[in-house]
Amino acid sequence: MKKVYAREDVCIGCRLCEIACIVEHSISKDIIRAFKQEEKRPARNVVEECGPVSFSVHCRHCDEPPCVQVCISGAMVKDPKTGRVRNISEKCVGCWSCVMACPYGVIKRDTDQGKVIKCDLCPDRDLPACVSACPNEALLYEEK
Amino acid sequence: MLHQPITKNYHDFIIERDPEKCIQCQVCVRQCSYGAHIYNEKDERVTEDETRCVGCHRCEALCPTGALTIRRNPSEFRENALWAPQFIKNIYKQADTGGILLTGMGNPYPYPVYWDRMVLDASQVTNPSIDPLREPMELRTWLGSKPDAIEVEMKKGKPKLTTNFSPQLQVNYPILFSAMSYGSINLNVHVGLARAAEELGILYNTGEGGLHQSLYKYGKNTIVQCASGRFGVDSKYLNAGVAIEIKIGQGAKPGIGGHLPGEKIGKEISITRMIPEGSDAISPAPHHDIYSIEDLRQLIYALKEATDYEKPVFVKIAAVHNSAAIASGIARAGADVIAIDGFRGGTGAAPTMIRDNVGIPIELALASVDERLRQEGIRNRVSLLAAGGIRCSADVVKAIALGADAVYIGTAALIAVGCTVCQRCYTGKCPWGIATNDPYLAKRINPDIAHRRLANLVRAWGHEIQEMLGGMGLNAIESLRGNREKLRGVGLNEVELNILGIKHAGA
Repeated sequence: MKKVYAREDVCIGCRLCEIACIVEHSISKDIIRAFKQEEKRPARNVVEECGPVSFSVHCRHCDEPPCVQVCISGAMVKDPKTGRVRNISEKCVGCWSCVMACPYGVIKRDTDQGKVIKCDLCPDRDLPACVSACPNEALLYEEK
Repeated sequence: MLHQPITKNYHDFIIERDPEKCIQCQVCVRQCSYGAHIYNEKDERVTEDETRCVGCHRCEALCPTGALTIRRNPSEFRENALWAPQFIKNIYKQADTGGILLTGMGNPYPYPVYWDRMVLDASQVTNPSIDPLREPMELRTWLGSKPDAIEVEMKKGKPKLTTNFSPQLQVNYPILFSAMSYGSINLNVHVGLARAAEELGILYNTGEGGLHQSLYKYGKNTIVQCASGRFGVDSKYLNAGVAIEIKIGQGAKPGIGGHLPGEKIGKEISITRMIPEGSDAISPAPHHDIYSIEDLRQLIYALKEATDYEKPVFVKIAAVHNSAAIASGIARAGADVIAIDGFRGGTGAAPTMIRDNVGIPIELALASVDERLRQEGIRNRVSLLAAGGIRCSADVVKAIALGADAVYIGTAALIAVGCTVCQRCYTGKCPWGIATNDPYLAKRINPDIAHRRLANLVRAWGHEIQEMLGGMGLNAIESLRGNREKLRGVGLNEVELNILGIKHAGA
């Protein structure tokens, strides 16, 4: 399946990918409204940075996802067709088990709603928002 | 307001931040390597220190909401034709520091730009091309020394060339990437230049900083430079490219050497330049073994000897008052190609006074060199490269019509990969990731993107050159070379027209 891959050698740590993610998953999908009027939600990727080294960490949509295995309510599922790991918000009870189980630390808590949020590879778009926002082509969306 | 040093009072730029649009995302804070944008954690707001802004526009380019505009500081000194603001500000700076003023890129002052005073011809009735982008329109050219005459022998009824040619370099476009050293720019830019040159079938020039191990594979498209500091020069290096360039002078700083400070000599640069880590890389003003044309001849032949006479030797000089006589000497000293760098040529660092006041325009130098070599009957012995201030394809066409075989582009190439000509290359903090070796900043150049953009630029210029050639009723760049009949001057006086060897428009 197609996944988002980060190129650490050209990631410049600008974090525009995080901003694009927040906008894409906002209600209005308008950058200024999303940041100024809507409830602020975290981005679904994390830019890790240490000195000159930086890269964006995204959900790996694992073959055997630990988050799915530990989910107590059946909210976290791996779509057998697309391979995408998805959180069914209505079923999520906010126990944070998946947050602890994820080896990449890319499942985020939405404390307002008491549910987790995670990368869904932007189902409404051809190219995930983070990938198209990267100014230095440090994010690739491809089959490997 | 609390007291500030005088240099901070009259800063060059203001940063306009539209509060309606700013989302406090801090992209500007992370992008500005000069610290002009500051995030105030207590207030959770981004603010700015305008005294630090160099006007590079990086923040403006990356701001996701378009909240930023960088403007000239509208605060003005009282009008004074003599005491223009830059003179006043420079004096404040020097009174503060007691130091030499440094700068980067090429001479920005409003000296006449002769490219803009020359116009091209078009043939409309006699032999116009029908469609220059589809007809054969030859941009390919060969650089190197051509014989005075060729001898042909008939063998079995077929002519056969018996003259031995000096080594010739085939280039698909009359545009080469000029010398920019590894050190002054970083490896990512070099990789982009090398790959683009390979794809286009042209050449790039290593500059005087040696050749990084990873770039030896682009040798077929590389000119290796041998400058006064002799950095990174050994026999493997000399044989790595297809040509060797002896750098005598640079248009931005004729008569001046170079100095890459020790702090910038990291591990890779130290290996490539073959000098200890952390030591200053000083290029003296002259080569210490060249104090005459005869000495230059010795170096030219030493390099030819070292490369089995297989590689043409270029000699690059800055355009100065006696360029024509110097070029004649260089041609007679055995050079295959002479590169002339005009006073608008760029640099990574130069004393401001030198950059802005020494040297002459490339248009005049090129015309006088070409004319002198023709008068002396030795024009065929060398190819001429024009450098320093080539901004567009029309400049290329005009340079070739004035007598150049091809041109070097440096600043234009850097602009293609993001440079905004802010002239702060000497700080090593280039926010666009070009003139810096700071690993955090250098990553901003993605070699893949740089390669693509550089190749696009040269291809685009190639198409435009084809259209201009077609319009002039020519079908090969070789038919344009030195064809000054295709040029006319506009608003030039008789002396200028004589030097350029062109007629005035209407004549």
